[in-house]
Amino acid sequence: MTRVVVAAAIALLAATAPPLLAAEPPRAADLEAELVCPVCETTLDQSNAPVAERMKLFIRERIAAGDSEQEIKDALVAQFGPGVLATPPKGGFGLLAWLVPIVALLAGAIATAVLVRSWAHRREEEPEPEAPIEPELDRRVDEALARYDS
Amino acid sequence: MTAQRVKLVGQGVAIGIVVLLFLLLARALATGEGGDVAAAAARGERPEAPDFALERLDRKGELALPALRGKVVVLNFWASWCIPCKEEAPYLEQLWRENRGRGLVVLGVDAKDFRGDARRFARRFELTFPLVYDGPGDILPDYGVTGFPETFVLDRAGRVVEAYTGAVNAAEDRARLEAAVERALAP
Repeated sequence: MTRVVVAAAIALLAATAPPLLAAEPPRAADLEAELVCPVCETTLDQSNAPVAERMKLFIRERIAAGDSEQEIKDALVAQFGPGVLATPPKGGFGLLAWLVPIVALLAGAIATAVLVRSWAHRREEEPEPEAPIEPELDRRVDEALARYDS
Repeated sequence: MTAQRVKLVGQGVAIGIVVLLFLLLARALATGEGGDVAAAAARGERPEAPDFALERLDRKGELALPALRGKVVVLNFWASWCIPCKEEAPYLEQLWRENRGRGLVVLGVDAKDFRGDARRFARRFELTFPLVYDGPGDILPDYGVTGFPETFVLDRAGRVVEAYTGAVNAAEDRARLEAAVERALAP
């Protein structure tokens, strides 16, 4: 019986409490920093161009209507094209803009590691040979030193 | 991998990057060539108007510029948020109504704008000439359009014979536009 009461209480709480995991409504300021004015090509928060002001109004209207951040971005891309996104989309051709720097960084790190390893091996394998002293030179040096000492 | 081979690969990659950057620069320069359309028209040349096919705002479907070959076209780039465009719109509508029977088409290209705002603008100014939509402004570089409004007069062969930066509102600008239209309409 107790179990039934506890389960019912939990079910009631779950049904009436605000959903903890529900997405927060998007903030206009965040969106304005992530979207670009198509005329002046700065982010909306940096622009007071007429079209930028119109886009800010659109964002506020869509937030009030309950749209998600992605829905608002999609709506603006449908009007102005993907150029309104301050960061390229993480899919399709835009994905390249994210992947290329990572790949370039990895390639650079690998190239550096290979180079360093190759240099280290060369040093180990090819120690600097000691220059042999020619007997004639050795003899002349000894003679010169002897003369100097005397 | 020997150090020599690593060095060669590195040099190859570096040369590849330089070639890629060069190609990107060449492409950017080639794309920017369209900006010469207005300058060429001002020099008295008749450059071919860059083609486009855009979504219509005044009805469903697309309108392609080549479909208007044989007509004189007054091509007007505008946006609903552009104040001089509001001053100019009634004049363009009047020009269209007075000359459409003679083979003139006024074609409005709404760019960098909301479709809904553009349609409201058209209703407010009772525009009846064809309107197309280029929200991202993809064709603006082809014509060298950097602001709104800008207007081009195209002859029946699709060549640009006059270009105007800013609204055609002053009496002398309107006289120049009408003279260009008359010359283009003349048999």
